[in-house]
Amino acid sequence: MIKRTLGEKVFNVINIFIMLLVVTVTLYPFLYVLMASFSSANEFMSHRGLLIKPLGFTLDSYKFVMKNSMIFIGFKNTLIVLITRLALGLLLTVIGAYFMSLKTAKLSKVFSIGVVITMFFSGGLIPNYLNVKSFGIDNSLLALILPVAINTFNMIITRNAIDAIPDGLSEAAMIDGAGHTRVLFSIIVPMIIPTLAVITLYYSVETWNSWFTAMIYLRKKSLYPLQLVLREILIMNSVGNIANGGDNEAIAETVQYAVMMVATVPILVVYPFLQKYFVKGVMVGAVKG
Amino acid sequence: MQKSKVSSQNFIKSWKTDLRRNGEIYLVALPVILFFILFHYKSMYGVIIAFKNFSPTKGIMGSEWVGFKYFIQFFKDDYFLRLMKNTLTISLATLLFSFPVPIIFALLLNELKSKAFSRGVQLVAYLPHFISLIVICGLISKFTSADGIVTNILAFFGMDKVSYLNYPQYFVPIYVISDIWQEAGWNSIIYLAALTGVDPQLYEAASIDGAGKFKQTIHVTLPGITPTIVVMLILRIGSLLNVGYEKIILLYNPITYETADVISTYVYRYGILDGSWSYSTAIGLFNSVINFILLIAANKISRKYSESSLW
Repeated sequence: MIKRTLGEKVFNVINIFIMLLVVTVTLYPFLYVLMASFSSANEFMSHRGLLIKPLGFTLDSYKFVMKNSMIFIGFKNTLIVLITRLALGLLLTVIGAYFMSLKTAKLSKVFSIGVVITMFFSGGLIPNYLNVKSFGIDNSLLALILPVAINTFNMIITRNAIDAIPDGLSEAAMIDGAGHTRVLFSIIVPMIIPTLAVITLYYSVETWNSWFTAMIYLRKKSLYPLQLVLREILIMNSVGNIANGGDNEAIAETVQYAVMMVATVPILVVYPFLQKYFVKGVMVGAVKG
Repeated sequence: MQKSKVSSQNFIKSWKTDLRRNGEIYLVALPVILFFILFHYKSMYGVIIAFKNFSPTKGIMGSEWVGFKYFIQFFKDDYFLRLMKNTLTISLATLLFSFPVPIIFALLLNELKSKAFSRGVQLVAYLPHFISLIVICGLISKFTSADGIVTNILAFFGMDKVSYLNYPQYFVPIYVISDIWQEAGWNSIIYLAALTGVDPQLYEAASIDGAGKFKQTIHVTLPGITPTIVVMLILRIGSLLNVGYEKIILLYNPITYETADVISTYVYRYGILDGSWSYSTAIGLFNSVINFILLIAANKISRKYSESSLW
């Protein structure tokens, strides 16, 4: 008996140790980026190995980032896409979810089946691409909004939330003469606010992080969303441009880290407060998916 | 005669009632219906260009049929075997290493005594999932470059000081390890949810029977979450040939095509970049068909040997 509890104690200590290791390995890369972005370029270049504090605190890298107009254009475009897509996407998602949940309407069953089919079958990359092009919306921000206006998974989550509301409520309203639109926006929507919060977050993160569609549809650089600007700076290494005629390779290095921080800070700031809603969304999707 | 007239009258009448009652929502939902038709079904219809010699000037209807020409061309492609090998290697490596980690992580989290500590660990562990792939891949390429921090740490353990992304043999490990780093925490949520569903009385009964913590895990906890594991496994197997192109496009370069080029990236290069529309669509379709067959097979096998399945 005593031996087993001893074993358990040892296990608990090891377990806590493993968890601390997980936390360190997950967080350290972010801390490294943070410290590197505040480091002096030359000191950072000659440094090897782990950082435990910024090497000579300076804001030079951030000054370079602020001077770069592409970053601002990227932020602006991302915000335009984000706001438009949220407005359009939420509206269509809620309407579609309500339509799916109607048991009495003849067409809603056909619609539901049609929607579920799209979760299993899709045209694939090339037919999707040609399809979007066929509407002539490539090389415009609409290409980042319209084809992805509704995420089917989010619509199903919303339908599940609507299904959980007792039918009596909307029936009573209908007997009193309210139409479907009135029922949806005055009765249903106020009752599913928590779910709407979750899918708003999903749409936001998805839009904020998306880059591939922008890369294949947009040719004009003035339309680039933030992530595509980041790709040019971080992946294609066109740092020379950002360091303003910078032959200074050293500056380029720390500027890249500063760029990563600038692009990630919005997420890092809201994440701790919203984490529980994200998790909730997974749970809802998993239980009823 | 009389009867069918009555039933057709009933039919019309029932539709009339339905339209009177639900016409409003049909009208309001029209944009949603149009969205699915225009952006899902119309693009599904576009798949038939895999069997045609598609040219944008002639359109889908106007292009002539060529049957299975492009599928045969793919099987004879010099890169066919390499693509299949790379796709399966990356996919199986992910299955073997990335799949079990969230399960183990969830089990360990579940054993933590302090709930506050557990919540803190989860808060941190889910974070990388929300960081954009561009930033993650930027980090990977910086950290594994010749003077990057990971390279320096590895050099300390006697490995070469080189830019790891330029060596084909390191591509799969980099891909899988970074995948675990980014997604393992987030993927554990579903198992944590399953763990809360295990009946606490089972643990009491097991401990009365003399089972220690370890035995309880093996005989109570694991069987409790097995249905979830099986469903996740079926879904994984059903997407065995789906190695996402986004991360690979950001990480590979012509030097590492040898191990990094997979079916989806090949489709991207030949379709979007080269404009071989029909050929790349045929490859994509082949990929989806294989995936679909795998999904059905996995589900069937699972139904036969366990109680969990997708349908």
